[in-house]
Amino acid sequence: MAIIEQKTIPLNGDEAVAYAVKQSDVDVVAAYPITPQTIIVERFSEYVANGEVDTEFVCVESEHSALAASLTASLTGARAFTATASAGLALMHEMVYVTAGCRAPVVMAVTNRALSAPINIHCDHSDVMAERDSGWIQLWAENAQEVYDSIIQAFRIAEHPDLMTPVMVNLDGFFLSHTLENVQVLPDNVVRKFVGIRQYPLVSDTQGKKVPFKLDPDFPLTMGPLDLPDYYFEHKRQQEEAMHIAPKIIKQVHDEYAKLSGRSYGNGFVDAYNVDDAEIVTVCLGSTAGTTKTVVDQLRSKGIKAGVLRVRTLRPLPVEDIMRALENKKAVAVLDRSNSVGGQGGPFFHEIRHVLYGAQSHPPIVDYVYGLGGRDMPPALIQNIYKDLEEIAKTGKVKNLVQFAGVRE
Amino acid sequence: MAEQTTQIAHPLEPFLRKTTIPHIWCPGCGDGTILNSFVTALKELEVNLDKIAVISGIGCIGRIAGYTNTDSFHTTHGRPIPFAVGVKLANPELNVIVISGDGDLFAIGGNHFIHAARRNIGIKVICSNNFNYGMTGGQQGPTTPLASRTATTPFGNIEHPFNLVHLAAASGAVYVARWTTLHVRRMTESIKKAIQKEGFSFIEIVSPCPEIYGKASKIGTAMDFMNWFKKASVIQNFSDPAQAEITAEKIPVGEFVDVEKPTFEKLLREMTAQAQGKVTGGA
Ligand SMILES: Cc1ncc(C[n+]2csc(CCOP(=O)(O)OP(=O)(O)O)c2C)c(N)n1
Ligand code: SF4
Ligand SMILES: [Mg+2]
Repeated sequence: MAIIEQKTIPLNGDEAVAYAVKQSDVDVVAAYPITPQTIIVERFSEYVANGEVDTEFVCVESEHSALAASLTASLTGARAFTATASAGLALMHEMVYVTAGCRAPVVMAVTNRALSAPINIHCDHSDVMAERDSGWIQLWAENAQEVYDSIIQAFRIAEHPDLMTPVMVNLDGFFLSHTLENVQVLPDNVVRKFVGIRQYPLVSDTQGKKVPFKLDPDFPLTMGPLDLPDYYFEHKRQQEEAMHIAPKIIKQVHDEYAKLSGRSYGNGFVDAYNVDDAEIVTVCLGSTAGTTKTVVDQLRSKGIKAGVLRVRTLRPLPVEDIMRALENKKAVAVLDRSNSVGGQGGPFFHEIRHVLYGAQSHPPIVDYVYGLGGRDMPPALIQNIYKDLEEIAKTGKVKNLVQFAGVRE
Repeated sequence: MAEQTTQIAHPLEPFLRKTTIPHIWCPGCGDGTILNSFVTALKELEVNLDKIAVISGIGCIGRIAGYTNTDSFHTTHGRPIPFAVGVKLANPELNVIVISGDGDLFAIGGNHFIHAARRNIGIKVICSNNFNYGMTGGQQGPTTPLASRTATTPFGNIEHPFNLVHLAAASGAVYVARWTTLHVRRMTESIKKAIQKEGFSFIEIVSPCPEIYGKASKIGTAMDFMNWFKKASVIQNFSDPAQAEITAEKIPVGEFVDVEKPTFEKLLREMTAQAQGKVTGGA
């Protein structure tokens, strides 16, 4: 299949979300404004007002209601979308679990922002790290282009009848949400065809008849009922099993989309930049990868064998990909834009270090908590981290397992 | 030769936290008027500032907690009332004043408002009602007038707004008043009254947001808002709260409710004392 001709338009990350949602034939959007997500719903409400979309848009009274309404719309068979950030996601927490537990394929954009207190509107990943274990698939974007592409893919992934699992697309607040980039967009009809019409898996009703899994008076089902020690455990186990088949679907959607658009992100799970022959590697999420790749280029030009591994799917965690990429390195640093207070490093560090425990060999690994509350991560800071890694690679010794990069001491 | 100047302190200076000023509010915003009225009320009452706690939520008006030279807490969005309830119960001597926005108090935090009013807990709530979420860029909220344009209702709002006076009265507030930022002296008097009153008091201040809502709604500048307030406001003291809906033609203002009812903190103290008395008696 030939790559489709596309136009390039200037969009910031939030606008890229809104544009992708506009093209994805979404039935219901329910949202509550919060910086730095607000542009998404504002742009989208313009599309609604201009009659460009056939979507019911509801300005609900809080994020809890935003996700509750998206969830229930989704359970009736609709394609549903919402977006939030920070305190909004925290307020949704109850519904985040309910959505995953109900297997409602909602797609949500999370414009990552720090949590209170103190009040801060800028980027870090504390908001979404609190939702890691909820049962949502998590895609992480490096730039506005990937935001656009990932939202479109997210609908296909979430709604796959074998999967039926909600998907979050994470974009760094301000760094991506408010930064204008040239974004290539596919024609409307191509996206519409790609996302397709939502299909429903068949489930057995109380009479044993096969019915589509959606709330429909013609095929009555009960969703979300009491599930005590008799069956709750099995249902939770099913969510885990869905996550095991998720990689196949994510890959299939990613590769099919790559054929249409000409754009791919690593293998869909990890984006390894100069990692193969690298001796020292950093591992990161989101927009920091862009700066880190530039630093890697500079180091390479000096003959230093540096690389960066960007994780695109935090859930399901691509254990094999991360392990293969890192196990033979001389030193590894995890860049963590959130902290697990009292937990010896950030949550991302825990993930990566945990993966390496199962590896053939165990490179020394350290954590750098950086950028909390929007603190910048300039190239100089990343260079210092690679310098530390060179030292660790040389000596094989880790002096500080966890450090804070860019903080006033 | 440079002219000799003498520095004269602003009479309200002791009530403001100079380190946080200049404030962030746009020119013509009503929030400055509310701050002015509030601190004037404190000054005129000659209250001990150590006995005042200002609690605000998130929003443009929410910044007020940082500007008043009192103990204060800038809480999370929608939650100033539960924070205030905790403060009041732990230290009933304090005069606990919530100052927040229409979105904060009646959208995301609406539940807290009705229950605090129902219990008649002795906190005072002052709402800057500017008909939209100013801080996040002017989206539709629970007081946005029907058909009004906002950032999320570019072709007009299809939701019916709250009549806050009616809501407060029906929920059980013992003092309910509404003024606009045009009614500076009356607003100040109402704030003084609320501060001195026991029980849950509510004052709605209809306030211009010229920079965001004024543009989207086409109401216009701060001056246009003031002219609207002047033309449309009708003082209707103790009239039926149910009839106090705000429309383009009419803004009913005044004091709507002023009654006495035992406060939650008083009943709680009595009950606790009784329970402890019983325990002691039985031992
Ligand atoms: C849980 C949560 N959701 C959303 C926000 C974003 N937010 C900040 S202020 C605000 C609305 C403020 O409106 P209002 O209370 O009317 O105050 P105004 O700015 O108009 O004075 C919103 C939605 C937030 N801070 N926290
Ligand atoms: S946006 Fe509106 S409410 Fe906020 S400071 Fe400006 S004028 Fe006031
Ligand atoms: Mg407001």
